[in-house]
Amino acid sequence: MSNAPRLTSLDALHRSLGATMTDFAGWDMPLRYGSERDEHTAVRTRAGLFDLSHMGEITVTGPDAMKALNYALVGNIATIGLGRARYTMICQEDGGIVDDLIVYRLGETEYMVVANAGNAGIVLDAITERAAGFDAEVRDDRDAYALIAVQGPESPGILASVTDADLDGLKYYAGLPGTVAGVPALIARTGYTGEDGFELFVAPEHAEQLWRALTEAGQDAGLVPCGLSCRDTLRLEAGMPLYGHELTTALTPFDAGLGRVVKFEKDGDFVGRTALEAAAEKAAANPPRKLVGLIAEGRRVPRAGFSVVSGGEVVGEVTSGAPSPTLGKPIAMAYVDAAHAAPGTTGVGIDIRGTHEAYEVVALPFYKRQK
Amino acid sequence: MSNPQQLRYSKEHEWLSNAEAGVSTVGITEHAANALGDVVYVQLPEVGDTVTAGETCGELESTKSVSDLYSPVTGEVVEANQDVVDDPSLVNTAPFEGGWLFKVKVTDEPGDLLSADEYTEFAS
Repeated sequence: MSNAPRLTSLDALHRSLGATMTDFAGWDMPLRYGSERDEHTAVRTRAGLFDLSHMGEITVTGPDAMKALNYALVGNIATIGLGRARYTMICQEDGGIVDDLIVYRLGETEYMVVANAGNAGIVLDAITERAAGFDAEVRDDRDAYALIAVQGPESPGILASVTDADLDGLKYYAGLPGTVAGVPALIARTGYTGEDGFELFVAPEHAEQLWRALTEAGQDAGLVPCGLSCRDTLRLEAGMPLYGHELTTALTPFDAGLGRVVKFEKDGDFVGRTALEAAAEKAAANPPRKLVGLIAEGRRVPRAGFSVVSGGEVVGEVTSGAPSPTLGKPIAMAYVDAAHAAPGTTGVGIDIRGTHEAYEVVALPFYKRQK
Repeated sequence: MSNPQQLRYSKEHEWLSNAEAGVSTVGITEHAANALGDVVYVQLPEVGDTVTAGETCGELESTKSVSDLYSPVTGEVVEANQDVVDDPSLVNTAPFEGGWLFKVKVTDEPGDLLSADEYTEFAS
């Protein structure tokens, strides 16, 4: 395997825009174009444009596609309507989270699974192996798509100006094929920013044309290109988990406070069922650490891995932390012992390089958009 | 980006002004500020502290990372920029001006500080 970073089909465009590039899961991706705080604010108040071509697409087709995915994943794939999408997870036999996923139902017997960039190969292999006993084909479509997201309150208007697709009829967590700026696209109303927005899956050779058209269409609305740095603060404010931070193979969905994604009532067996039933019982009887939000009273920024402390004892660990542009204070997500997890719990701090900085325990998310 | 000719530079990306009455001003370069990203927290040495050339004397925290602040010279801190503590984004917006970090009464300086042209080449 080559160690050279992979480049998206928009790489030259990013560089021409002056992007600071960074290695992300083996891909060379834009970290930011200018100020990450300005990009963050643009998405919260206007619109931002993201290249997410590093995400991993896997297509599952055939008469048993639904059954194969129901066995491979913890969600109930049978209840995804045509043209709809579902947030779900793929777990190990022991219940540990392999990845969190979005599954789009594109046709009667056609599904597209979108995995995180760093896990795309593992997820592809696992689904391929788990689908072996079913009449279904698993296709590696990682190179078949570029993915461009337009996110923010102005995004419906911007997208509507370059497509005839019925965006008003497109609900949150739904997707439909259409034409955007003259190129065929799967238009999905999904995203990872806490804002209304769209994710556009297109052929890589069409990505630049689409990017330029959206840039032009969004000019008057204040759309700006956005990098991974603001994507992280946006998702953190929205309380959305990130693989490798809030989600790992060492945690089950119940440990992560996301047990609701596991659908025991679905037909047939699925990988991890036995272990997850035990994890669900344990979580109900003896709550594990809970994922909470922490807001700084001071200005020092917590980072993943820092200890949460109370009364001199370690009571948890930070999984993600950053200065929140919207709140104007540092925030963190952390797994905290149940005794210290209630919103309003006093006396909680984070050990920031030796100093215990005071933090307020709050319920997630930190930010919720006004509908 | 251009590095002011009248300043001298360390390989840790600090700049040092020429001494006026034995006191020099220290900041970080525009190159360093750009590499850090948005600076959100600045911890500076306190007035009266002795700083040592090449040793850490503070902390610069940006959205994504924490960096140590090194002193380019040895001496006694005579002023810390409270404006930059209150508004750390000054480091990004005016690294050579309002974003200066501290003033130091220099007692010793290493011989390896760079000229503007040398630093520009070093940082490129």
